[in-house]
Amino acid sequence: MKRESLLPLVGVAGLIVVWYLAVWARVVDPVLLPPPEAAFAALVKGMAGGKLGYDFWRTVERTAYATAIAAVIAIPIGVALGSNERIYRSVEFVIDFFRSTPASAMFPLFLVIFGVGDLTKILVAAFGAALVILFNVAYGVMNARKTRLLAAKVMGATRFRVLTDVMLLESLPQTFVGLRNGVSLALVIVVVAEMFIGSTDGLGQRVFEAQQLFEMPDMYAAIFAAGALGYGLNLLFLLMEKRFVHWSGK
Amino acid sequence: MGQAATAKASGATDRSERPAAEPVHITIRGLTKCFQGAPVYDNFDLDVPRGRFVSVFGPNGCGKSTLINLIAGLIPADAGTILFGGKPLRETKIGYVFQNYREALFPWMSAWKNIEYPLKIAKMDAAERARRVDRLVAHLGVKIDLTRYPYELSGGQQQLVSIMRALVVDPEVLFLDEPFSALDYEMTLFMRDQLQRVFNETRTTMVLVSHDLEEAVYLADRVLLLSRRPATIAAFPDVLLPRPRSDETLSDPAYVHLKGHCLEIFQREVRKA
Repeated sequence: MKRESLLPLVGVAGLIVVWYLAVWARVVDPVLLPPPEAAFAALVKGMAGGKLGYDFWRTVERTAYATAIAAVIAIPIGVALGSNERIYRSVEFVIDFFRSTPASAMFPLFLVIFGVGDLTKILVAAFGAALVILFNVAYGVMNARKTRLLAAKVMGATRFRVLTDVMLLESLPQTFVGLRNGVSLALVIVVVAEMFIGSTDGLGQRVFEAQQLFEMPDMYAAIFAAGALGYGLNLLFLLMEKRFVHWSGK
Repeated sequence: MGQAATAKASGATDRSERPAAEPVHITIRGLTKCFQGAPVYDNFDLDVPRGRFVSVFGPNGCGKSTLINLIAGLIPADAGTILFGGKPLRETKIGYVFQNYREALFPWMSAWKNIEYPLKIAKMDAAERARRVDRLVAHLGVKIDLTRYPYELSGGQQQLVSIMRALVVDPEVLFLDEPFSALDYEMTLFMRDQLQRVFNETRTTMVLVSHDLEEAVYLADRVLLLSRRPATIAAFPDVLLPRPRSDETLSDPAYVHLKGHCLEIFQREVRKA
């Protein structure tokens, strides 16, 4: 069991070995590919009181705002649409269309409306995340087990009670799927926005600036920080789901 | 027993042989229901006796479950009236046990909260709810850890929780839709006897849909045998075996004879297609 839990480290070790080999064999220009320890040192230095740490938290902040705004708007609308299939069918195409539209294509529009501030980055990310969350919540509500709804009905529950006591809880597992996908998408959009929409901070800006200045260890450090953030956010939502939706998959 | 058994060796009794007319609990008149234009019930009449255990048995797809779903109001009828002691459904307390207990219980609530839930719907206060649930648990002698979630219980325990959830409101009628068909044989035998105990204790009118003739006859006071669609009453024989019934009942000549008689009617109906 203990040995099993060490298995994921094999891949990490393999990656570092390949990296060393690539540096040693000069596959890439040494300026473009520094040795792992240089990138790692830049990561530690940057996160411990350096500019990278500040950028990291700016990105966390924007992603958190975007996801929160998206959830607050999308969950109630998703429940309302999901509980009335006829209404959902009538707007499904519009939702699906904009869900499939790359949110980055909306940047210019949001720039014109909201200017080049923080708000634009947050709102574009919220827009993308909201549609993903909305879609999942609506489907979660629509796919509530018919037997459970009937069980509540036969016990004399009103339509409203069935919605609050059964449908909402039935949709929770799917809602968490939406939240997890939503937060991942929000992070992607925020990082892209930080690169190109007149930013002075954030992980996207950090990666972009380091690349422009040929500070390669710093660039790799920022990439790893962004990766860790994405992984961490996903893990956070998985743990929340386990805590609040203990019955999921059982 | 021997005497009675011989006297009733025919197993089924004719209506005219009944000692006295039983009080009717559920009166069904002119019940009509179509699925995609095909009638499942066409002007169907039925009287369900009060305080009796009725098993519903018939060919596949004849509408056994549809019948209790119509009576319990889970699906709307196209036409006809259904009255419970003269009252409409909305003034009647009913209990319903689904075949699929996994999908009928609420997995986000403990077993105890599941059983309590219908009392919450009925706006009963917490102290009264607790009293009612505890009384039911004691009454049935249930030995399950009810603080657990449904998915932590065995299939039989989950179905027992479902039955308790249906019983906690003291229903006038309890409907059961193939409640044991998802359980293994050992658990089915155990649950049959649990249900029989519940019936003996409460004498609630019960309507059980079963796909297992042995079970249908074993548990019932009367067996409702349905024909193919549109369903009509092929026969509605009495089961005059003493309670409590046990393993010996299964080899009782009267039981064996009646089961054979029902099987005969069933096969006649099946062949009619």
